[in-house]
Amino acid sequence: MAKITFNIGGVHPDDSKIAKDRPIEVLPLPQTVWVSMAQHLGAPAKPVVAVGDKVLAGQVIAEPGGFISAFVHSPVSGTVKSIAPRKDLAGNNMTHIEIAVEGDEWVEGVDLSDTLVTAIPEDRQAILDKIKACGVVGLGGATFPTHVKLNPAPGSVAECLIINGAECEPFLTSDYRIMLEKTKEIIVGAAIMQKVLGGCRCVIAIEDNKPEAISAMRKALGELGYSNMEVLPLMKKYPQGGEKQLIDAVMHRQVGSGALPISVGAVVQNMATALAVYEAVQKNKPLVTNTLTVTGDCLPVEKQHNYLFRIGMPLSYIAEYAGGVPGDAAKIVSGGPMMGKAIANLDACTVKGSSSLLYLSEAMTKRGEQSACIRCGKCAQACPMGLEPFLLYRLYKAGNTDELEKNAVHDCIECGCCLYSCPANIPLLDYIRQAKGQVLGIIRARAAAAKAAAEAAKTNEKK
Amino acid sequence: MDRILVSPNPHIHAPVSTRSLMRDVVIALLPASLVSVIYYGLPALVVFAVSIITCVGLEYLIERFLMHAPSTVGDLSAVVTGLLLAMNLPSSTPWWVVMIGAAVAIGVAKMTFGGIGQNVFNPALVGRVFLLVSFPAIMTTWVIPGGYFGADAVTGATPLGLVNEAILQGKSVTSVVGDFSYCDRLFTFMGGSAGEASVLALLAGWIYLLVRRVVRPHITVSIWATVAVISLIFWLCNPERFTDPLFNLLSGGMILGSCFMATDYVTSPMSTKGGIIFGVGIGFITMMIRYFGSYPEGVSFAILIMNATVPLINMFCHQKKYGRK
Repeated sequence: MAKITFNIGGVHPDDSKIAKDRPIEVLPLPQTVWVSMAQHLGAPAKPVVAVGDKVLAGQVIAEPGGFISAFVHSPVSGTVKSIAPRKDLAGNNMTHIEIAVEGDEWVEGVDLSDTLVTAIPEDRQAILDKIKACGVVGLGGATFPTHVKLNPAPGSVAECLIINGAECEPFLTSDYRIMLEKTKEIIVGAAIMQKVLGGCRCVIAIEDNKPEAISAMRKALGELGYSNMEVLPLMKKYPQGGEKQLIDAVMHRQVGSGALPISVGAVVQNMATALAVYEAVQKNKPLVTNTLTVTGDCLPVEKQHNYLFRIGMPLSYIAEYAGGVPGDAAKIVSGGPMMGKAIANLDACTVKGSSSLLYLSEAMTKRGEQSACIRCGKCAQACPMGLEPFLLYRLYKAGNTDELEKNAVHDCIECGCCLYSCPANIPLLDYIRQAKGQVLGIIRARAAAAKAAAEAAKTNEKK
Repeated sequence: MDRILVSPNPHIHAPVSTRSLMRDVVIALLPASLVSVIYYGLPALVVFAVSIITCVGLEYLIERFLMHAPSTVGDLSAVVTGLLLAMNLPSSTPWWVVMIGAAVAIGVAKMTFGGIGQNVFNPALVGRVFLLVSFPAIMTTWVIPGGYFGADAVTGATPLGLVNEAILQGKSVTSVVGDFSYCDRLFTFMGGSAGEASVLALLAGWIYLLVRRVVRPHITVSIWATVAVISLIFWLCNPERFTDPLFNLLSGGMILGSCFMATDYVTSPMSTKGGIIFGVGIGFITMMIRYFGSYPEGVSFAILIMNATVPLINMFCHQKKYGRK
């Protein structure tokens, strides 16, 4: 048993990796796809096609809408039917490009074969350009544009690239499956990122509830003969896959409040991102596919699947193909049960970062009735950021934003450990999320006011 | 799928509730309760029954008729209070005295503050100390276990009482302590409160709570360490006047208090650092009362005094935050 893990807090939910032995299957194409312009963190992409245009799979259909943004490519070949708002999985309107599927023809230069390409391009900038051009974003949850993350500001040095294979969310198995089925591709992807970052150390961190993945990775690493890259088994604990927690576990360093991981020399990339980087750089294949798990506690194992999907597929189409929504599903979640989003609209479409279609039964997911706080302190012991949720909850109720800021409410990573462990079922995270929003607003307003004051002083001086 | 839930994360919950935690405490107290009922006989059973029934009944009545609030007796916290109070009383306590103690515990110490989670002082201890002050004769007449149901029991003083008496009379404590066998203390039964009968049964319950992760060991261990260190220093200086560490750890309400009363969630600090300060304070005050006070036993007073400092401790002691100094 691995002993290495992060130092503060954490919880131990049952890992429920029921779908772990289901190999990845390729989903057939639907008749129509709707590709969202908000596939990534940051500004939405801007469409560059018009209604009626013929597009090929892998063709750029939208360009970045800002510095932190990413290209979006067509996942299929066909005709653009409309560019209009459509509801995403939370029910919010977002511009989608609707494409009627006509065959599966890819743009030229994309290598769809399974041949492993190990020769890594020499030019660092060329690699970065390719990653950007292929629309690669972080697939661990935040969907932060990868080319931005791999290009740290001048002056900061990457000491360690961590490939995140923790997959600490219960139920999810898509990372596990690609670790087994695309082992060498992931390692080459990691080596590419290692090169871009200037040849720093690379650690592939995997929780010890996935021994098969650990040994597969070690074997492939030995065969590929990369030095300066290692597989590190970690003790199973949620939220190990959180960027800050993983850096603490692997490097025994803690990222300061509001700082970026690079400030302690760390760059963290997810398994699926490493695979996407490999496909982009070595195969010219833009990020239009990813792996998703159909799972849940009210789904028999033979109805659970790991699918290779294309972006823009309606979730209802995937659910239908997998055998329909089980009758006793009380909640459908996109993502894991700890941090995923409850789906209000099953007609929403997959995006680059989609990782699961999780059906939870009422017994498992319904919140218990709230009762009085018994001051057990379990929330504070569970919080991986070392915060005191019971205190933040009371301060929020009292409207005391000064104390909320002093008690670091804005450091909250919204992992859900506090609510998960509260015996009184107090919706701690619901309140803390509100409080965090308030305090972040205050901090931003203060910074803006300071900036304005400084500028005003400057103009006065000139006069 | 005609009805679908939508809510923010997390979407699952740990298998824990206030009720399950309290149930675990009741289970942990069962071995010691059983031992005392077996060895003190029917009177102990009466004390337990009256205490628990009064606590639960009074909490229900207060919530129903005074607070007009939904009843919380289902969370079992009143059962725990009743059980702990009973374990703190001599088995010879008359039923009406037990009833008064239970009424003070629930009515004054718990519900006046607003019910579960709001009380400053441990309710069971408030009940016990109220009785100790109001009925000193009853509360200090301990039954020395004579046997099973119906067997004759003798009344007398506890080992701590004898030591206190010896100190007050200026005699050496070694003669008293010499009669006190540690083996007896662990396996058989000395005079004391109903629930103080068997240290082993109490420790077994505490270990159950640790394994079930209901309590953490830091408060209990820091009390023990403080008691051991203080009594070791005094004992080495003057073994004629001061009792030894093992005697202090195993006698009186030390084990019951440190394992089950000081670890009460509501009345102990939330942070680890705070819990250690709290434990050290309890150990220190206990030893000062035992060595220099006029009461033979100080654990109850020590815990209550430290209960009062908990809001202060919580204000200054916080968890170690990630990435912050």
